[in-house]
Amino acid sequence: MPNAISKLMLGLFFLMAAFITNNAMAKVIHSERSLYSNILVEDKGDLRCLKFNVKSRNTRQTCFFKSQPQKLVFNYTKLLLTSLLVNPEPKRILIIGLGGGTMSNTLHQLLPDSDIDNVEIDPSVIKVARQYFGFLENEQIKTYSQDGRVFVKRALLKKQQYDWIILDAFNGDYIPEHLMTKEFLEEIKSLLSKEGILTANTFSSSKLYAYESATYKSVFGDFYQVSNQDDNNRVILARNTPLEQSPLSVEVLIKQNESIAKLASELLAIGVDVKQLYQNMKSTTTHQDWPDDSPILTDQFAPANLLNIN
Amino acid sequence: MQALNKSVNYQNLFIYLLAFTSGFSIMCIELLAGRILAPFFGSSVHIWGSIITVFMLSLSFGYLLGGKFSTQSASLTRYGAIFIIAGITLLPIAASSTWLMEAIFLAVEDSRYGSLLASTVLFFLPTVILGMLSPYSVRLLVTNSNESGQVAGRLYFVATLGSALGTIITSFYLVLWFDINTIVITVSLVLSLLGVITILLAKSHANFRTTNLQRDISHA
Repeated sequence: MPNAISKLMLGLFFLMAAFITNNAMAKVIHSERSLYSNILVEDKGDLRCLKFNVKSRNTRQTCFFKSQPQKLVFNYTKLLLTSLLVNPEPKRILIIGLGGGTMSNTLHQLLPDSDIDNVEIDPSVIKVARQYFGFLENEQIKTYSQDGRVFVKRALLKKQQYDWIILDAFNGDYIPEHLMTKEFLEEIKSLLSKEGILTANTFSSSKLYAYESATYKSVFGDFYQVSNQDDNNRVILARNTPLEQSPLSVEVLIKQNESIAKLASELLAIGVDVKQLYQNMKSTTTHQDWPDDSPILTDQFAPANLLNIN
Repeated sequence: MQALNKSVNYQNLFIYLLAFTSGFSIMCIELLAGRILAPFFGSSVHIWGSIITVFMLSLSFGYLLGGKFSTQSASLTRYGAIFIIAGITLLPIAASSTWLMEAIFLAVEDSRYGSLLASTVLFFLPTVILGMLSPYSVRLLVTNSNESGQVAGRLYFVATLGSALGTIITSFYLVLWFDINTIVITVSLVLSLLGVITILLAKSHANFRTTNLQRDISHA
């Protein structure tokens, strides 16, 4: 009998403890309804997160540790960095989809001589990134509050080129359909320098997965990818000039290029085991996981959001 | 006398059907406008601002113009002609939207004014003409001032119901099944075809009346 009571007491204690710590952990320090989404900045102890549209399962978020702002929290942000193994010295970088600006900050730290252009459609997100996420801007790091497609078209007119384009404008809730079409990817391709690479972080599931894959392949040929079936997240790595049939082993890459070895050790210091991550990359030459006859998304036909319904 | 009344009712039903189709077409095209402009002007909030402004503005002018036009010898033939013209003015949206938007994109840096100009160039004219149909329908349907309110109410009901269906069917299904251009061209063909049918009906109706009249005269 006393045993049962003590068990009950212990249980209650844990319940209360969990309740109290949970309350202490998630503290909303800023929330606003912007033109494009509900923005929420949350503090959980040392971790600060930027969330969009809280109720959804596929909430896209950017997080960083306040004490170690350069440390990347999420696997997909780390995965985006594996592109550096393919192109270790990008001089001009374009990031479409700012989030908290942590990617821009990290890249500036890794590549202090590179120019970074950030494009974000929502002015409120830029404001929040500056205010709560220590988003750094200077002579080399610029921010444009503009639709990604419009920025790309204008950049082409100005005959600009980028060595690395990071497309991170998608989440599970709403997909900007005009950033998924063949025509857009062709514009991206023309904006890439000769050895330039595109890294896209996408969240497509159901039918859209096959359509998206076929569209990328139609523009870039075979590409590398890592898919995470749990949250429909996929990182795509494509290059202006076709990639090798299978990702070269990290050892070979390091042997070929000294700066890659230096970069890999620098990345390890900020918690990114890029060698480990790169090994998960599979070329679609050997690992194509969608039917060959999948239709392509175009400006005329791009019902991406309708296709993404599970 | 009884037979004549019945034929008039069929004609009215047909006019309501036409009003429904014009309501359907307006919203179908307005919804596609967002997708048509996106490759050049993006999908920022101000794109929808441009589109809705242009559609509202052109509809308002269309109402004014249609009302005015209906005061000068209104007929089913002229009504049908408006449908044909509406169908024709929709065609440039499918045929030349790309080069038009390209030119505007090059000329206007700010995507707010770029999208406003592009919406105007592409959608102003067809929407004005589609807007003319509502007051013209009222003119054809109303026979005495007592029922004018009821007729107008019924017409708004039918046309707005068409708009609601045009919105949901286009956004839920049509964009999933067809290319944008296919949808625009189909709408254009349907409107023109209905216009042609309207004119043929008006002609046969007139013939019917003349023969009746001739018969009555000869009997007398």
